[in-house]
Amino acid sequence: MPGAPAPFALLAELTHRCPLHCLYCSNPLELRRRDEELTTGDWVRVFGEAADLGVVQTHLSGGEPLLRRDLEEITGAANGYGIYTQLVTSGVGLTRQRLAALRARGLDAVQLSIQATDARTATTIAGVGAVSAKARAAAEVVVGGVALTINVVLHRLNIDQLDAIIDLALEWRADRLELANVQFYSWALANRSLLLASTDQINRAHERFLQRRRDLGDRLKMTWVRPDYHDELAKACMNGWGRTSLTVAPDGRTLPCPVASGIDTLRFDSVRDHPLAWIWQESPAFAAYRGTDWMPEPCRSCDRREIDFGGCRCQAFALTGDASRTDPVCLLSEDHHLVTAAVSAAGRECPQGTPEPREGIAGASYRGWPGSDHP
Amino acid sequence: MSCGPCWTPSTQQSRKRVSEPERGTDPAWRPMLASGVRIIHDRVRDADLLLMPEQVIVLNASAAAILRRCTGDDSLDSMISALSDEFAGDSLPEDVSQFLAMAAMEGWVS
Repeated sequence: MPGAPAPFALLAELTHRCPLHCLYCSNPLELRRRDEELTTGDWVRVFGEAADLGVVQTHLSGGEPLLRRDLEEITGAANGYGIYTQLVTSGVGLTRQRLAALRARGLDAVQLSIQATDARTATTIAGVGAVSAKARAAAEVVVGGVALTINVVLHRLNIDQLDAIIDLALEWRADRLELANVQFYSWALANRSLLLASTDQINRAHERFLQRRRDLGDRLKMTWVRPDYHDELAKACMNGWGRTSLTVAPDGRTLPCPVASGIDTLRFDSVRDHPLAWIWQESPAFAAYRGTDWMPEPCRSCDRREIDFGGCRCQAFALTGDASRTDPVCLLSEDHHLVTAAVSAAGRECPQGTPEPREGIAGASYRGWPGSDHP
Repeated sequence: MSCGPCWTPSTQQSRKRVSEPERGTDPAWRPMLASGVRIIHDRVRDADLLLMPEQVIVLNASAAAILRRCTGDDSLDSMISALSDEFAGDSLPEDVSQFLAMAAMEGWVS
């Protein structure tokens, strides 16, 4: 399809294996096994093809990408093709030696996740605490002279720690802090009643964010990813389907969005079977919701159709079973009540304090644990 | 770790806009690209791009010319005189100052 724009960014999910078991993980419920993962050679070829297609930035992610022993080689290949590389990591396993090796291969930046500022809450969220391992990793990144972003997925169990999170980012000398309100897909959707913050919690946190950002000025660059359930307008998910970004999953399946594999009415082609350019430009899954022709009403005649692109296809599918419907987050969606009902339930049920660590949370689904294939 | 669609880098056209002026008007300021920020010429789009951890910015010619000089070696004043040789316009000093004040606010330069 000659109308396809060139993609800017590629999310490389190098593995689904991970030492953490976060309640909100966006990896699919069906995690790929190690023996299904692409080889080093596959990834080198993918990055070459991606650069030819227009990709200038990659996020080396997972799972935990440090579990791949060939991460240095993959990083070097992407860098060699002129692609900006950011490692997206839990920090577990990010030793001084590993960081130095990655840096020598041209790594541009590290995004380090934290789940909470204290080990107890972090354990509740991720099954393991790992706070001190993360502190050590942050120190290595800063000492190594690599740009450090701290990413926190905010939800009901940690959003009241916002000030402490900002203080921790300052203490660890991060360059940037990304405060990403949880989006409800995959594991997060399975755990939605546990994770959905009340409107009061969100409003309090957002006010603190604005105040702290004013106070800190350019000492710390902070961004706030909106909690879309609490909005009345849909987000411009992925800047539009097949428009600026793509994801290559551990087994080579290539997706317009990291969570798109949840849409089981589409077949996603693999870089094992097709050149990346064909998948991006011509494959049926990428063409399915590109542009505006596929839109139903009320999107089709809406003034915002080129702004939010109808919102999120994965969310429409997850909540209604039909990926072509208007994102239920939008006030104008016929399915908007599905979102407002969940939000008002969160307001009523919001518990005081933090639940007991993992074993104590009845009905919680921790990704990859127990009974899964994690190492 | 993976946090879902929030990782998406936003892409935007660079643009001038009025913003808090104090930093951009200090003539002794030596702007440099912030940590993790780099500028490239993209052969596929034949465009200058500013790359950073969560964003890709498509630069217009004047924004690229200014940002390429943000090496930390030159003061704002000397950058303005060098740029005056390259670009015409009476409002150039003010435009450069305002652009860099915005760039500092966005975290592109420090």
